[in-house]
Amino acid sequence: MSPKTLYDKIWDAHVAHEADDGTCLLYIDRHLVHEVTSAQAFEGLRMANRKVRAPEKTIAVPDHNVPTTMGREDPAQMTEESRIQVEALDKNAKEFGVHYYPVSDVRQGIVHIVGPENGWTLPGMTVVCGDSHTATHGAFGSLAHGIGTSEVEHVLATQTLIQKKSKNMKVEITGKLKPGVTAKDITLAVIGETGTGGGTGYVIEYCGEAIRDLSMEGRMTVCNMAIEGGARAGLIAPDETTFAYCKGRPHAPKAGAWEQALEYWKTLYTDEGAHFDKVVTIKGEDIQPVVTWGTSPEDVLPITGVVPAPEDFEGGKVEAARRSIEYMGLTPGQKLTDIEIDTVFIGSCTNGRIEDMRAAAEVLKGKKIKEGMRAMIVPGSGLVRAQAEEEGLADIFRDAGFEWRLAGCSMCLAMNPDQLSENERCASTSNRNFEGRQGYKGRTHLVSPAMAAAAAITGKLTDIRELM
Amino acid sequence: MEKFETFSGIAAPMPLVNIDTDMIIPKVFLKSIARTGFGANLFDEMRFNRDGTEIPDFVLNKPQYRNAQILIAGDNFGCGSSREHAPWALDDFGIKVIVSTSFADIFFNNSFKNGMLPIVLPQEQVDVLMADAEKGENARMTVDLEAQEITTSDGEVIKFEVDAFKKHCLLNGLDDIGLTMEKEASIDAYEAKAAAERPWA
Ligand code: SF4
Repeated sequence: MSPKTLYDKIWDAHVAHEADDGTCLLYIDRHLVHEVTSAQAFEGLRMANRKVRAPEKTIAVPDHNVPTTMGREDPAQMTEESRIQVEALDKNAKEFGVHYYPVSDVRQGIVHIVGPENGWTLPGMTVVCGDSHTATHGAFGSLAHGIGTSEVEHVLATQTLIQKKSKNMKVEITGKLKPGVTAKDITLAVIGETGTGGGTGYVIEYCGEAIRDLSMEGRMTVCNMAIEGGARAGLIAPDETTFAYCKGRPHAPKAGAWEQALEYWKTLYTDEGAHFDKVVTIKGEDIQPVVTWGTSPEDVLPITGVVPAPEDFEGGKVEAARRSIEYMGLTPGQKLTDIEIDTVFIGSCTNGRIEDMRAAAEVLKGKKIKEGMRAMIVPGSGLVRAQAEEEGLADIFRDAGFEWRLAGCSMCLAMNPDQLSENERCASTSNRNFEGRQGYKGRTHLVSPAMAAAAAITGKLTDIRELM
Repeated sequence: MEKFETFSGIAAPMPLVNIDTDMIIPKVFLKSIARTGFGANLFDEMRFNRDGTEIPDFVLNKPQYRNAQILIAGDNFGCGSSREHAPWALDDFGIKVIVSTSFADIFFNNSFKNGMLPIVLPQEQVDVLMADAEKGENARMTVDLEAQEITTSDGEVIKFEVDAFKKHCLLNGLDDIGLTMEKEASIDAYEAKAAAERPWA
């Protein structure tokens, strides 16, 4: 048998039907559902008198729209449209009998945090969700990608997706990371290197010592942004770290089944000599704490850098950079550490996990945020929130002057009331710095949780290494 | 998708050319979470005054056309945006068949996906149908997809063309999902095998 990549193995294990032209029906093990992209799909089922084929493999949770302030059960806190979307999910989940974590459930949270946390996401699975950041689940060595509403309906009805295979890409991060450098810096550095289109048409496998050394939380951060590099999915081969994370989770296999699963999971790696269509290698020690300066996730620079000039670029990027710099209200040559910040947002499916909370708390311990700073921490799930409370992190946040919120997507996409106002500048741990993403004319700098916390204290983009 | 079956229904005349998707369903109504319910706002700005009262002259507000299932329309029907809300709105109102000399491409395809039949005919034949539709409530036309025929209230038979595959899908009520469901045996077999090999999943 010819050597296979991890992607090849998972793909081959899920082809339910292959047509002569190579179009496959890929079987889906886990379907995650949230309120924004599912309503019309459920409605489609209803109109066609169809059922959800595998409700036991379908997990729904409202996250994008929900308020993150206390007392949010009060519908008056939501805009009319949001309320309708959340209520629709309540109703659809009940009617179609899928697993559901309503807003009132402590397990509610961002769909990509809820899945792994409850043991729904496991190695070797196929996972889909009507959301592009489904790539997150690839951290477990599961093939995970985002789909559109009509595909949501297709999966609900058939538990399969009509797919053609992507190409294989390897991203290797060799060696060790330097102090102050995190998973967020890795994933941003990779996008800085490959560009936002670098992964288009590929499924990326991240490997190398620096990746192996990451916790599951860190691996999820890396895979989360595979989509920002254009890839459909990102993968990391499962290992002892993965197995230890999965063990004992509510929906992970139990005794007996666990051993059987483990035996299979241990076969999930890329064979020696398997072919990759594209390879990118980055030295771990070369990666520095980074920030984005522009309005594309590829606009990445080490925090020690300066705002570039449009002429530093080539082709279409010249104009794009000009537009970005103007939108962001920056001056070429300006030191990144001189950029003043109005707001800090820590959260999202990129950096809303317990480890991110800990990283922020470590920086904030015994400190106060800068006067006038608006700062919020939005845990990725109710369980993350509860654990942070238990570990005393929440007190550190509150004492420092942060708002300590309830779980949801919040200011990552600003569909709920958490939004930037015009020209408000934010250091954010989320994944997209697009124009208007966090609010009309809002300005976003993507950073790691530690760097976000540091910016809250100093009021500027800050090199975390100076606070260490 | 429901199977498309032969039916007799009232045809409403809308000779206006270039009826676009914004007319069919204005964008302020796209915020809904459902695919249904758009019928209430079908042709909203042509059908209602700002205060919500009906504009009596609009064809679908006339008593004889309130239950129309067929639209005989002017050229280039459904131009504009790709919003699938346009066929959703027509369908929700009860329109199953639209006849015109031409359709915007996306609208044309979207209609089939929603179990509706857009029919393209030469001008003379559209004129015949338009004149028949003008007769109002008593002018029930019959649409037979299998035979590819429309029969007017006077018994005149007009033949039409339709893509063989799309016809097959409509007659059998098949959409993408329906087609996948034809491979259900493969999915069942896969599921059984996977359940044995990876029971935890
Ligand atoms: S946190 Fe942001 S990126 Fe993640 S699912 Fe929510 S909106 Fe999407």
